[in-house]
Amino acid sequence: MIERLMALTGYDEISFWIVATAALVNVACGILGCFLVLRRMSMLGDAISHAVLPGLAMGFILTESRDIVPMLLGALAAGVLTALLTQAIHRYARVPEDAAMGVVFTSLFALGVLLIHRTAKHIDLDPGCVLYGILEGVAFEMEPGALMPRPTFNMLVACILTILFVIVLWKELKIVSFDPELAESQGYRSNLIHYLLMAMVAGVTVAAFEAVGSILVVAMLIVPAATAHLLTDRLSLMVLLSSLIGIVCAVVGRDAASHYSTSVPGMMSVIAGVFFVVAVLFAPRHGYLIKVIRHWGLGLRIIQEDILALLYRWREASPEKPLTTTHTIAALGGGTLPRIALWALSRDGRVRTSAGTVALTEVGAKQAQTLVKSHRLWETYLTTLGLPADHVHAPADRTEHYLDENILREVANEVEHPHTDPHGRPIPRREGSRVDLEKIDDDNAS
Amino acid sequence: MFGAHYNTLLVMAGAGLLGLVSGVVGAFAVLRRRALMGDAVAHAALPGICFAFLLIGERNFWAFLAGAVASGVAGVLCVTWLRAHTRIKDDAAIGIVLSVFFGLGIVLLRRLQSHENANVAGLESFLLGQTAGMVMQDLLSIAYVCVGVLVVLLLLFKEFKALSFDREFARVQGWPVLTLDILLMALLVVTTVVGLPAVGVVLMAALLIIPGVSARFWTEKLPTMLALSGVFGLLTGVIGTFLSAVLPEMPAGPVIVLSGCAIFLFSMFFAPRRGILSRLIEQVRLRMVTARQNLLRSMYELNEDNLPGSAPVSLDELVESRAWSRAQALRLLADAQSRGDVKPDGPDAWSLTTAGLQAAASVVRTHRLWETFLIEHADIAPDHVDRDADQIEHVLSPDLIKELEARLREDGRLPEGLGPPASPHEIVKGASGRSRAEGSA
Repeated sequence: MIERLMALTGYDEISFWIVATAALVNVACGILGCFLVLRRMSMLGDAISHAVLPGLAMGFILTESRDIVPMLLGALAAGVLTALLTQAIHRYARVPEDAAMGVVFTSLFALGVLLIHRTAKHIDLDPGCVLYGILEGVAFEMEPGALMPRPTFNMLVACILTILFVIVLWKELKIVSFDPELAESQGYRSNLIHYLLMAMVAGVTVAAFEAVGSILVVAMLIVPAATAHLLTDRLSLMVLLSSLIGIVCAVVGRDAASHYSTSVPGMMSVIAGVFFVVAVLFAPRHGYLIKVIRHWGLGLRIIQEDILALLYRWREASPEKPLTTTHTIAALGGGTLPRIALWALSRDGRVRTSAGTVALTEVGAKQAQTLVKSHRLWETYLTTLGLPADHVHAPADRTEHYLDENILREVANEVEHPHTDPHGRPIPRREGSRVDLEKIDDDNAS
Repeated sequence: MFGAHYNTLLVMAGAGLLGLVSGVVGAFAVLRRRALMGDAVAHAALPGICFAFLLIGERNFWAFLAGAVASGVAGVLCVTWLRAHTRIKDDAAIGIVLSVFFGLGIVLLRRLQSHENANVAGLESFLLGQTAGMVMQDLLSIAYVCVGVLVVLLLLFKEFKALSFDREFARVQGWPVLTLDILLMALLVVTTVVGLPAVGVVLMAALLIIPGVSARFWTEKLPTMLALSGVFGLLTGVIGTFLSAVLPEMPAGPVIVLSGCAIFLFSMFFAPRRGILSRLIEQVRLRMVTARQNLLRSMYELNEDNLPGSAPVSLDELVESRAWSRAQALRLLADAQSRGDVKPDGPDAWSLTTAGLQAAASVVRTHRLWETFLIEHADIAPDHVDRDADQIEHVLSPDLIKELEARLREDGRLPEGLGPPASPHEIVKGASGRSRAEGSA
């Protein structure tokens, strides 16, 4: 079966096992990472991946073998201990959580380095190997007659356990991630779930250590999950996306690494970073660009409305003298945005430009009237709240763009449908032929 | 013995100075909840070092330093930008910068190793740290940075202090908050980077965090905390180097961190006021004072009908008046007896001595004053005040009691003399309120 997979993917044996192992690591980390990112504990992954070192060393020293089971148990214990100690120092000594974490994992790491240094004479468990792993040579770990290399097998087990863990505890994990207090009040043991999650992170970290090194583990625990978090608001989709990104990182990362002949885990982290940057910029709802566009669109709309209101007021003050294009743009602060706004208005048929002057069309005049009405009603309303008349223009200028018809009607009722604003200018009526505006006038007339 | 160990002395001086400066700079980071930023900066420095090597083509300490500072600052800016402009939170932003920058560094490093035949071994040691291999140049660069950073901190102390505790205040003062913020982070970057070749990434993070956290236990004042943090850092470096020199098979880096950890543990347990032990002792002391005062008050209230005389109160009555077990009540009585507040008066019965009566009257007085205050000024229902007063009466300061008395006297509600004012509510005998007494005196 594996031969057929190999043939299907077109990889040689070495590349196949690299990609397969890395993909398993990335999926396991990507799934768990989602919960870490949501619970704002991303750095706990980093902390655990450092702090398991003394556990690994103790496991080795106590049993004097490189058997995976005791080292795994030792590392698991160290990982859970990191989470426990961080919480204990945070709670009982009132140290901020991040600082507590920093103290715990650096101390445990130092202890681990010391232990390894003192026993390094008889083992090949050096810090370099912990950082970089043996991913490039994972195919050579294949024992004769085995189906797959040992690190790959370990990761396969870890990955399956992770998936089972998440499926079985899905509801609990979900509620604990989003609202621990609610979870607690509904009878979920959020602390237990927390430590189970920590144990899983520690277990996966340890299993992945030997295969890919701590760099890739930390990157894969945080970066794909954060990327998925930018792309969706649904937890189930986030988990799927995160694991998918992990797999793509494994494939693309290996290709890029072999192309540039460089470190495979490092390259996979960089690819994950590239995905993250793309998501930061282009994500459909939480991306930076869409925010800029939304912001810019709002700015454009406000300037358009300001132009309409300006033209209305101008016509009101001096009906016979038309306003020039240059003056209009200058009145709005000049620059590109007012120019674009004016162009868009004339294209929509809300203003007419002819011979260097601007005038409102029928449609534009109606909208302008509503705007000016909003503005002056709001000013009147603010004076009823006790603001002096020379202080109400600026806030009304901002608010006029956001008042919909319902609020407008309420405001009008509140200030009892006056004919003029605090500055003595008429508040437009009648011509705004929309039903609600007429109704206001009728109310007033009766 | 150090005469012969020039190298040990050099390492000791270097580690001590590094501990000093990172202690001071790290204290700010700890206060501002950015403890792990140093960790991220230390990792983010790697690609910069590699780029510097690519540009220069040889090992040059100052070029490495410049590259590391550049990419460290880039990392800090990325974290700040992500936090401000996306839904990515602090922790994830730090983790992303840390792992992606470091991954990029590894990619560059491996590429350099496979393509250039030049000696790139120094690159890696720049990161992992070779404490014992520190040379004069390292010591000098640490010393320069130490002096530079401390001078900047001294000159801008007031500004940084405001920035750390009240950013809005600093902004309103018209100080360039963003520039100050970046400057403070730049100091962190420079300190981290200069320490990297000496102690390595993780141990550098430890030097930045541990002294500051430890110093926080001892004081509430920023100048004291900074000074202490510096001293702890210095001690960490010196003690760590010393231990690693005199003990066999002890690499300096981890031993330095573990020395810092020892200082942290000592501070956490034994610091006055904020330490765990002193807080425990304070809790126990308060609990004892509370129990003692509660006994006196119960004795007084059970005896209130017989005032100014002192009738015997039976153990059963006492046990019923509060949620005490017989054993607890007996222990408290024995304690009170040894203080001369109560004396045995008949079988299983005690009465207040003259001194005890006075002490009890003062306790009851405080309790009732506070109850009255709660009813009058905090709008708490009369049947709720007993509990609230119960919790607070033991910690009222004499000044506050005087003020309460003055207020009650103004209202004409404070009876003359030393005795306590009448209780503002019915006194309920028995913890669960089973049997109601006839009313207060």
